[in-house]
Order: sequence, then structure tokens, then C-alpha cells
Amino acid sequence: MTTTAIKPVPFDLATSKYEPVIGLETHVELGTVTKMFCGTPVTFGAEPNSAVCPVCLGLPGSLPVINKTAIEYTIKIGLALNCSIASWCRFARKNYFYPDMPKNFQISQYDEPLCTDGWLEVEVDGHEFTIGIERVHLEEDTGKSMHVGGATGRIHGADYSLVDYNRAGIPLVEIVTKPIPGTAALAPAVARAYVAELRDLLRSLDVSDVRMEQGSLRCDVNTSIAPIGSPDWGTRTETKNVNSLRSIERAVRSEVERQAGVLDAGGRIVQETRHFQEDTGATTSGRSKEEAQDYRYFPEPDLVPMAPAREWVEEIRASLPELPAARRVRLQAQWGLSDLDMTALRNADALDLVAETVAAGAPAGPARNWWLEELSRRANDAGIELAALAISPAQVARIIELVEQGQLNNKLARVVVDGVLAGEGSPDEVVASRNLAVVTDTSVLAAAVDEAIAANPDIAAKIADGKIAAAGALVGVVMKATKGQADAASVRELILQRCGAGN
Amino acid sequence: MSITRDEVAHLAKLSRLALTEDELDHFAGQLDVIIGAVARVQEVAAAGIPPTTHAAELVNVFRDDVVQAPLDAQAALSQAPAAEQDRFRVPRILTEE
Amino acid sequence: MTGNYQKAEGAGGAGGRPPAGDAALTTMTAAQMAKAVADGELSAVELAQAHLDRIELTDVAVRAFLHVAPEAALAAARKVDEERAAGKPLGPLAGVPLVLKDVFTTKDMPTTCGSKILAGWQPPYDSTITKRLRHAGIVILGKSNMDEFAMGSSTENSAFGPSRNPWDLKLIPGGSSGGSSAAVAAYQAPLGIGTDTGGSIRQPAAVCGLVGTKPTYGGNSRYGVVAFASSLDTPGPLARTVLDAALLHEVMSGHDPADSTSLDAPVPPVVAAARNADVAGLTIGVVSELSGEGYETGVLTRFNETVELLESLGAKVQEVSCPHFTYALPAYYLIAPSECSSNLARFDAMRYGLRIGDDGEASAEDVMSMTRAVGFGAEVKRRIMLGTYALSSGYYDAYYGKAQQVRTLIVRDFDQAFEQVDVLVSPTTPTTAFPIGERADDPMAMYLADLCTIPSDLAGNAAISVPCGVAPENGLPVGFQVMAPVLADDRLYRVAAAIETALDQRRGYPLLTQARGLDQIADVTEAGR
Repeated sequence: MTTTAIKPVPFDLATSKYEPVIGLETHVELGTVTKMFCGTPVTFGAEPNSAVCPVCLGLPGSLPVINKTAIEYTIKIGLALNCSIASWCRFARKNYFYPDMPKNFQISQYDEPLCTDGWLEVEVDGHEFTIGIERVHLEEDTGKSMHVGGATGRIHGADYSLVDYNRAGIPLVEIVTKPIPGTAALAPAVARAYVAELRDLLRSLDVSDVRMEQGSLRCDVNTSIAPIGSPDWGTRTETKNVNSLRSIERAVRSEVERQAGVLDAGGRIVQETRHFQEDTGATTSGRSKEEAQDYRYFPEPDLVPMAPAREWVEEIRASLPELPAARRVRLQAQWGLSDLDMTALRNADALDLVAETVAAGAPAGPARNWWLEELSRRANDAGIELAALAISPAQVARIIELVEQGQLNNKLARVVVDGVLAGEGSPDEVVASRNLAVVTDTSVLAAAVDEAIAANPDIAAKIADGKIAAAGALVGVVMKATKGQADAASVRELILQRCGAGN
Repeated sequence: MSITRDEVAHLAKLSRLALTEDELDHFAGQLDVIIGAVARVQEVAAAGIPPTTHAAELVNVFRDDVVQAPLDAQAALSQAPAAEQDRFRVPRILTEE
Repeated sequence: MTGNYQKAEGAGGAGGRPPAGDAALTTMTAAQMAKAVADGELSAVELAQAHLDRIELTDVAVRAFLHVAPEAALAAARKVDEERAAGKPLGPLAGVPLVLKDVFTTKDMPTTCGSKILAGWQPPYDSTITKRLRHAGIVILGKSNMDEFAMGSSTENSAFGPSRNPWDLKLIPGGSSGGSSAAVAAYQAPLGIGTDTGGSIRQPAAVCGLVGTKPTYGGNSRYGVVAFASSLDTPGPLARTVLDAALLHEVMSGHDPADSTSLDAPVPPVVAAARNADVAGLTIGVVSELSGEGYETGVLTRFNETVELLESLGAKVQEVSCPHFTYALPAYYLIAPSECSSNLARFDAMRYGLRIGDDGEASAEDVMSMTRAVGFGAEVKRRIMLGTYALSSGYYDAYYGKAQQVRTLIVRDFDQAFEQVDVLVSPTTPTTAFPIGERADDPMAMYLADLCTIPSDLAGNAAISVPCGVAPENGLPVGFQVMAPVLADDRLYRVAAAIETALDQRRGYPLLTQARGLDQIADVTEAGR
């Protein structure tokens, strides 16, 4: 194919001529204690091949047995996505050879998924989109390959590969959307918003740790474009393993731009698998679907059908927690925040942190401010996610409390944050060890004020003449003298008093 | 003729069997006869007859989400044709999945 | 009394020379051995040693074993003797030697499935049945030969060469569990375990003059049984007497949570049934479709005589038609290959077993293809390709789909038949043992050996083969098949015990003493000295 040589069309121009249709397939590793079909513990970062058994290693003679909790979690996800739950369904074998697949077939679901036909609402720039959910099904994850030789870590040009099967057999839920038309230039943002909303939903269900960076939530993005007004959708490509919210947005964007370039040049889109390149933000061609394998699906004979009892499904439905959309509406009302504030909190991934901070006793306003401003800056500087900061919502709530009580001022509070992040202990421990408490001893303060007045008789005179604004300069002198540990408001009051102003 | 030699070659590729030309000739003839014979199932299996995939009529066989001791890495790797850094060493992989 | 043979010497010269080895010990029944061990008349170690000696003397000719495990066997026997000495209660077959088909995983012995691709593979785990045998104090002598991955009816598909029929060393011992049938018929072990997917226990039992049972599907755990066709594979016992088969059946059976298709139901009372050789009042259906053209005269003669015998013993006999049984063979040869094409995909040279062509240049795909081409034999390759074909997107409905519908029709035939009769009967296999090499490259001819046994595999119900004499024209054993509904395995033993008791009484000595190959074994082993 020569499509790689064709110049992409800039996004705005592309979407002025073409209508994109997107679709997303999301794989989520469930947070069960053991794997899908065996009692081997699910681990992350364990020694290679230390979490394997005859079943997940696919040894001859071994047989799978379904993990009931994985079924329960999948039904939970299906219900939260407004799906119908199958009254009878089966696992099937998807047959293809690949070294990271121990049996050379994957136990998956084919034409009988556990959950079908649901929806999820997302909002982008004030526009509501109802994303149709085609199916939610359960399968097993594969092992992980490490490629040795050639370009580092890349499969192409490698001399050989090393396989670790710890991940093989971890339950994997696949959530497939229906095609999403009508998003126009918002397509990339809608794709991102859908995955963000789905991630929040899964987190609230407590069925997965949904860590995209660790691969417990992985996305494939389908993209097609067709001239605006065309009755048909175009040929779609599938971009594999797009593993951050930002990448999802970029992948859709670049694929729309690339496809527009191909169509503008009179070419035709090849139905194929593409790979997203983090470094360039573009997609590259993978395996063509035309030479795709015949997966020879057939019902898994080593397992028997599942027929989830209606009572069980209703029990699971009754146990669903408050879902993120409803929760956001409730929290916004409770906290009295604006839409803009809420959007900012979601974008910064700070909603849960603020909620936990409020739950620990802090008022919503300061909690929002601390997380969105000071702490966001720290996370940004450290290049980590907000939630990964070494300070807990409860600790933030305590710092806010100390400020409210006048025991810390904002400057000191920031120093306390320094201490907590540096691992010096709780806020109270940092206050004690760094001797950060606001000076409340009035005799000490009075002495400092008197000293300042004595050293600046002209300013003191102005204040005495009623130029109260001049007090600021003396406050600064006192704060400096007390190394910032005085409460500025109290100092000011004392200065006015001593200068005889305001009487 | 129920199956051609080319089809047999394709089946061999799908099945990951590097057959020789002689084997292909031999199997093509035999498979043609066998497929012709087994096609008899089409005579009686009318629409409306449900398929039987399991001899035993069981449903909902589940296990609780409880840990069982895994193999240790040594046992897992002990039968590997090649291993390196506690991993199974495999020849280079040409296609991405 | 059923299965209570006298020792072979006592049976009195009817079968020529007594077999080589310590015949006094090796010709006992399993029930007798267990009792002798329990009573302290015989140590398990003596018994194990006698059988190990017998194997060493005879297996150069019979070639039943792929792996003999003297140390493990003697250690297991010693443990039984110690437990007895300590006054611990022993299981009903404690101390009795057994040969295990090489398709069951064993931690302390290789497991090859008769394939080059698994040569030398040492599994890191025991199959559930292996564990149960060990727990019961049964002494595993070693692993027996089989058609590669249990695909075949003669053991000629073993990568390690065919086993020989103790009735005539030039003949096949049946298959795929032919190593186990040859060993038990050659008095190398009183008990054998096989697996039956299309007849792989019953057909070797029939052609070797043994009792072999395919229990109800799900009655025996498949965990650790290297899969051929998952929805059909059924482990079961092989023995020289009905009671011995029942004793082993009971020990090996029962629910296993590691096998999702295992039935959570009590084991049918097979031992009690084997001791109750009474068919009075039982209704027996002769399947009209399993007879006629293609069946050897001698097979039909002995079969018909046995039906008359049952009638004379008080059973009611009637003919029953199962019209779809004639489609069982084609349905089986779609379903079994389809499942096997997927089950055998894991043999790819990546994690265990053979690896061919890994020269640093060849890709994983090429190494897989080269290894599988070299590591699998012709029959396995044929079935993998046939199954791949039947499951392919364009052909699925016409082949695999239709075959599953036929399976339903066969289940319905059985259901209707069992509304009229308690058990169904037929010859086990259309012919007696055939010469090694005769059908080796004629797959369709080979497949006919399973004609009568396949219906019960497809339906998952229980069936047994019990000897009903020798064919007049060639003096080779004929098997009589009894089929019973799901979980009515006990009925099989009731009928089989009645046949065995009556025929033994009529004959006056055990059928196996007529095995002429035993003379040949003696010749071979004497010539070897």
C-alpha cells in the first residue's frame, strides 16, 4: 500500500468534508482474587511465571472452571451499562496460534455474550451523547512477550521473544460500543469522554482498578469517515491498544486526518488493524483484515452453559452503588460548585479526592482549591497523577482544618504539604517537627509589633493619622521577624491597636 | 470432489502443519474420501433440531474466587524447550496480534 | 461366583502352557489379590514384583508399556504393606497393580500420549484419577501404549510402534487403549485404565477378550487426561473379570470440581451389580441397526447365542430400532476431529515438548509448523485438518453444525429406546482382531471398528464390552456390548456378570486361557534366554 505517503488532511478541514463514525472496544482486567478459570492468584509485578498453574499455562490435560465472581462482576458492569443479561449463554473457543496464548485458543464469548444492548451517556462541551453498548462479554487475558534484539522492545526485527504467562488467564471483560455516528468534529472528544466515563463507572463498581497505564484498561478504537451526507459509513480501521485518555483522542484525530487524506487523493480505505504510535501520535498499518484469520469459533466443550438465575441478577442489580453520573449531580448540589468547577475537577481526575477530603471533614470550597491548585501543581511538577501524590485526602482535610482554626496560615500550610510529601509524617507531625504553628503567644507578638513600630516611626505616625492601609507594611515587617509564623490578621489588629488607630 | 488440494494446503497452513508436497497429495485424496463420507450428516439433520454440544446436561458450574497454590516458576519452566530470565524463550514472532 | 476364578494352573491345561512369570500371582483376579493383601497372605510388594517380572519377561513381545516404573511401583506397594502392618484400613483394591494409559498425567512418570511431540514430557501434576489410584493404594506399574492422542483402533498410530494382541502377536490389540488391553490380557497387570472417545476402551477389550467399560460421561474426571475430544472423552476400567472392572470403576469414579463437566452425583452401585448376576425380569433391546453387512459371521453367531442365553436366564428380549445410529459414525468423524483440532493446537513447541527448526532465523510460526509436521503422525494430522475444515466459517453449519444435530437425533433414539427396554445390546465391534498393517493406511476401514461403540459416546451414556466367546472361524474373542442410560452404569455390570457367569460355567475355564499368543510369548521369551 502506498497510503503512508499520502498527506493527512488537517482535522478541521477533514471534518468539514467528512463525517466520522467511531466505535470503541474496551478491555478491562477484572479485580478478582484469582484468574478466570483457575485458582491462581491475580498479581501485578510478580516474578515472571510465578503466578501460573497447569490450567492457565494450558498444560495438556488441564481443564477450566469458571470463576463465579468474574461472572458476577460482568453482570454488574452490564447492569450499570443498562444492558440485558442473557438468561442462557456459553463460552466459545476463539482459535488462533500465538506464542503468548498457552492453548492457542482463547476462551471467549462469541454469539452469546453475557450482556447485550445497553447505553452510557456522556457529555462533551455541553452536548449529550448516548453511546450504545453492543455487548459486554468475558474472556481470558494472554501472556506478555518481551522482545529481545533489534530495536529495543519492538516486535519487528527482534531476534527472539521471552514470554511471561502471569497475565494469562486473568479475567478480561470486553465492552463493545455500537457505532457512534453524529459526533462530527467532537469525535475525538466523545471517544475520550466515553472511556473516561466508563472508567469512572467501573471504578465506582469496584470491579477493576482500571489503571490504563498498567494495562488493566485497554482500548481499541474503530474509526471510519464518509463524505457528509453520504448514506453509507466508510470502511473502518481498528486502532489497537490505545492506552491513555489523551491517546484515544489523538488516535481518532490522526485516523480521521489520515483517512481524509486517502479519500481526498482518490484512494480507498483498507479494512485493517492499525497501531497507535505514542511518539508521533499517528497510527501505522498492522495486519490487513483481508488476510485475517478464520477464528473457527465453537462452543467450549470443557465448560457447561451459564444460566444466571433471575434472582441472582436482581440481587446484583440491588447491590449496585450510586453510579458516577448521579453522584456528580448530587455532589455538585451538595458542594455548591459551578458546572465549570465540576468539569475542572473531572478533567483533573480530582473528583474522588475532593469527595474523600470533604468526607474527612473539610468544607468543599477549600478542598476543591487545594486539589485543583496547590496539589495539582505539585503533581504536575512531579509528572505524576494527582491521586499518586503522597498525601491522603484525610491529611489534606486536616491541613484545611488547621488553617480554619488559625493554627496555620496558607504559607505555613504549604510548608506542611512539603513535609507530608517528603514523607515526614502526618500534618500534625510536620507542624511539630518543623515548629510551624502560628505564633499565638500575644506577648511575643506584642514585642515584635512594638519593635516594628519603634523601627518605623513614620509609618506608625501615618497609621495613627488614620491611614490604615499603611499597616500592611508593618505587618510585613512583623511577619518577617516571626519567620511567617504569625497570623497576619492578628498582627494587623495588634498594629492598629498599638498605633491607636481605629479607636 | 469435496475438497481440492489447494484447500488442503490452506488447512495445513491454518493448522500450522508444514506438510511436504507428497503429504499434501496423499492427504488431499484421503480427506476427499472422508469428507464425502461424513457429509452424510446433511441427509438427516433438518432445521429445528437443536444441536447437542455437551453429553451432560449441566449448567452453572462455577468455582468460588479462592486461591489455590500455583506451580513454582521452576516447575513451570522445567519442561520448556528454551528459557531465559525465568521466561519461556520463543523464536521471533513475525505478526502482531 | 462371578469373577472368582481359580488360579490359572488350577483351570487345567485347556489353554496350553501356563504363561511365563510367577503365574500363581499374575493370574489371580484383582479381587483375589486385594483380599490376599488385606488378609496378609500376600504382600503388595510380592505382587508388584511378580508383575514387574512378568512385564520384563513378556513385554519384549507384547510391547504394551511405554514406560515401566519399578521403583515407583515398589514404593507404592511398600506403603500399602506398611499401612496394613500399622492396622490402617485399606481400600478395596489396595496393593493391586494397574497399568495406566499414557494419556493420564503422572508427576513421577513421563506422559507422551503415544506421540513424538510429547516424548519425554514430565507433567508437573497428577491427573485426578492418578491421584485417586494412588490414594486407594493401587500400584501403578507404568504407562501403556496407545494410538497417538487416542486416535485409532489398533495402537498402530502410536509413534512408538504397535502393541501386540496376546491372542496372536500378529494381530492388533485394539485401540486406542490397546496397550492397556494387551497388558491385562497378557497378565502383566490385572487392571488397566483406558479412555473411550469412540470406543477406545470397549473395542480393545473386545478384541483381547476382556471386560471394558465406558462409564457415563461425566462420571469420571477428565482433569489431567490429555484431551482428544473433550465432549466425548471418558476414562474407564479394563479388567479380566466383570467384578474387577466394577471394583476399579468404583474407585476411579466420582465428582471432581476441577472438571466442569463432571457429574455431581453418587457413583452408581456397580460393584453390587457385578455381584448380582441376575437378569431375570430385565428387558433387553437388540439394536437392529447394529448388525448385518460388514459384521463377521463369527461375531454375529456368538452375539446371537449370547442374546439367547440372556433370554434363557429370564430376560425379556426385543428388537429395537435406533434409525439414526447409522449416522453416528459420520457425526463422530466431524465432532471428534473438530474438538481435537482445537485441543491439539497447544502442542506448538513453545512451552513444552518437541521443538524443531529453531535455528535463530526461523520464526515462531515456522517452528510451530515444522514441529507439528514432524511431531504428529499421519492420523493426527488428518484429523486436525478435517476438524479445521469442519469448523471453518464457510463450512461450520454444513458440517460441525449438522453433526451436532445428528447428535441430538441419536440422543433421542436412545431416549425412545430406553422407554421400552432397560438396556440395549449389540456386538462391540463388527470384526475380531485384525492383522497389524491391514488397515493402517485406509482410514475409512479403520473407522468402521467404532461403528457400534460411537452412539454411546455421542449420547454420553454408559456401555460395557464383555467377552462372549470366540469366533468359530478363527478362535478369536468376540465382545458383547451392553448400553445403559446415563448414570445407570450398574445395569451394565448386572448383565455382563450374568453373561460371564453362565459362559464360564458352560466352558469350565477362563476364556483367556485360550489365548494362543501366550504360547508365542513363551516362545519369544524362551528364545530370548
